[in-house]
Amino acid sequence: MDLRELYQELILDHNRNPRNRRHLEKASRIAMGYNPLCGDKVTIELLLDSQGSILDIAFEGSGCAISTASASLMTEAVKGKTPKQIEAIFEKFHSEVTDQPCPKHQDVELGKLVALIGVKKYPARVKCATLAWHTLKAALDQVGETVTTE
Amino acid sequence: MSTVSAASILETQEPSIRDFDVNRIRRDFPILHQTVNGKPLVYLDNAATSQKPQKVLDTLERVYREYNSNIHRGVHTLSQTATTEYEKVREKVRSFINARSEREIIFLRNTTEAINLVAKCYGPANLKAGDEILITTMEHHSNIVPWQLLCEQTGAVLKIAPINDAGELMLDDYEKLLNEKTKFVSMAHVSNALGTINPVRQIVDLAHACGAKIMLDGAQAAPHLAINVRDLDCDFYTVTGHKMFAPTGIGILFGKHDLLEEMPPYQGGGEMILSVTFEKTVYNKVPHKFEAGTPHIAGAIGLGAAAQYISAIGLDSIASHEHDLLAYGTEKLQEIPGLTLIGTAGNKAAIMSFTLEGVHPHDVGTILDLEGIAVRTGHHCAQPTMERFGITATTRASLALYNTKQDIDALVMGVRKVIEVFG
Repeated sequence: MDLRELYQELILDHNRNPRNRRHLEKASRIAMGYNPLCGDKVTIELLLDSQGSILDIAFEGSGCAISTASASLMTEAVKGKTPKQIEAIFEKFHSEVTDQPCPKHQDVELGKLVALIGVKKYPARVKCATLAWHTLKAALDQVGETVTTE
Repeated sequence: MSTVSAASILETQEPSIRDFDVNRIRRDFPILHQTVNGKPLVYLDNAATSQKPQKVLDTLERVYREYNSNIHRGVHTLSQTATTEYEKVREKVRSFINARSEREIIFLRNTTEAINLVAKCYGPANLKAGDEILITTMEHHSNIVPWQLLCEQTGAVLKIAPINDAGELMLDDYEKLLNEKTKFVSMAHVSNALGTINPVRQIVDLAHACGAKIMLDGAQAAPHLAINVRDLDCDFYTVTGHKMFAPTGIGILFGKHDLLEEMPPYQGGGEMILSVTFEKTVYNKVPHKFEAGTPHIAGAIGLGAAAQYISAIGLDSIASHEHDLLAYGTEKLQEIPGLTLIGTAGNKAAIMSFTLEGVHPHDVGTILDLEGIAVRTGHHCAQPTMERFGITATTRASLALYNTKQDIDALVMGVRKVIEVFG
C-alpha cells in the first residue's frame, strides 16, 4: 500500500488550509459530532433557506488530517444543495469509503470527494472520513444531541 | 591494586545483564518474524498488549490437547490434572508478586475486573457519604470509573492527586489530600499513558498513616519490574496476564487475606459456594469465594508459563535492557523537530508518548503502520491525563523485552517520514 493513496495532495491541502473552518454568525442549525475512539470533535453550522437548501455552511473542531480534510471537502460539496441531494451524496460517499456497492445512486457525482475513497483500505480510519457527514446529517435532521460515530 | 577479589569481579560483570541476548529472546516470539505492509514488523504497542512466547503457546496447546477438562470437583484423571495445573499457577503467581499466601491470589479476567471487584465488594461496606476516595490524574479509565460508580452508590467523594509537567505524581499534594476522611486510595504502579513509575512504597506508607486502604494497578508494571506486595504492604494489587506475555482474559487480584475474608462475594454461581439450599447458601473460602463459574483455565495455566518465562530471564535484566532502549529512544526522538515527549518522569518504564506539531496522532499511526510499525494512537483510555497536558491524544511507543535499538531506529525513520508527508 502506498501512503499517497490515502494522503493525496488534495487531502493534505485541505488539512493544511481547511475551507469554511469558521463560525457562522447566523446559523439556523448547529450540530456537534464526536468520535469517542480518537476524541475528534466537529461542530457543523448551517444557514438554510426557506426550502431547506444550504445557503452557507461552516465547521469547527479538531481532528486528524482525514477528518479535517473530509469536513472541509464536505462543506464545498454541499453548499447550495438540497437535503435530498445531500442525502444522495452522503449515501454514495459512505458506500465508497466502506467499500460497499451503491446501485441506488449510480448517477451521483462525488467530484473532489473521490480523493477520500482511499480510506476504504483503512477500516480504522473510515470514521474519520464520515464524522463530519454524520454531524451534517444530524444538523439537517435537527437532532439535538451530540452525534457520535459509534 | 594488583589483585582483585573474585567477589568484586562478579559485581562488576553484571552477569544477568550480560546474559541478556535480545536476539535469542526474539526467537521465542514467533509473531515478531513477519512482514506487515511489506515491511518487517516493528511491534511497539506492548502497553496495549504484549506478544506471546512459544512456551506460552505450547502450554495453551498442551492444555487443550492433553488434559482439557473442567477443574475442581471432578473425580476423573483429566479433571484432576487440570485442577492441579491450574492451582499450581496460584503458587507461581504468589511467588511472582511475593504474596504471603496463595489464598491471596484471585483469578479474574483482567485488571479492570479486579478494580471493579474491589470497588464493589470492599467499597459499600467500608465507605459512607462524605468519605473520600483518592486517585490521581494519571489513571486509566478503569481506575476512575469504578470509583465514580462507588461514589454514586455511597455518597463518597472522589479526590484527585495532581501530577506535574513531567507526569510525576506531586507527592506533597498527595500527602495534603490524605486526611481522616480518606478511606481508599487507588493508583497505577506505572502509568500506561506516560510511563511514570510511581514511588509506590512511599505512597502506600502515607495512605496507611492516615488509615486508608490502598490498591495498586500493576497492569503496566508486571512485565517490566519486580513486584513485591509484601514489601510494598499494599492492600490490593492487580496484574493482567496479556500485558505480561500470557493470554488475554486472565488476570489476578491480590488482596490481603483478612480483607478478602471480610468482603462479600463478587458474583454468585458455581465454585464460589460450599453448599447451596434454597434457604441458605454457604460461601466458599477465599479465594474461591470470588471465582464464580468456570474460569479461563488454559489462560491461567498460560499465565503460569508466562510468569515462569519472565522469571527465568529475570526482571532485573529485562528492566536494564528496557531502560537502555528508553534512554536511546528518548534521545533519538527528542532530536526530531516539532516532537514533544509527553511524560518525562525521572523514573519511567519504557513508554514513549509524544505529539508531533501539526500532525494528528492518528495520521502518525497510519503512516507508521504502512512502515510496518505498530504503535498506539489516541487518548490511551486516560482522557483526564491528556487533558492535564492540554491535548486530546498522543502517539505512544511502548517497549518490551524483545524490542531492539533497530526498532527504535525504524520508529525514528517512520516519524521523519510523517514529517516529510505533512511538512
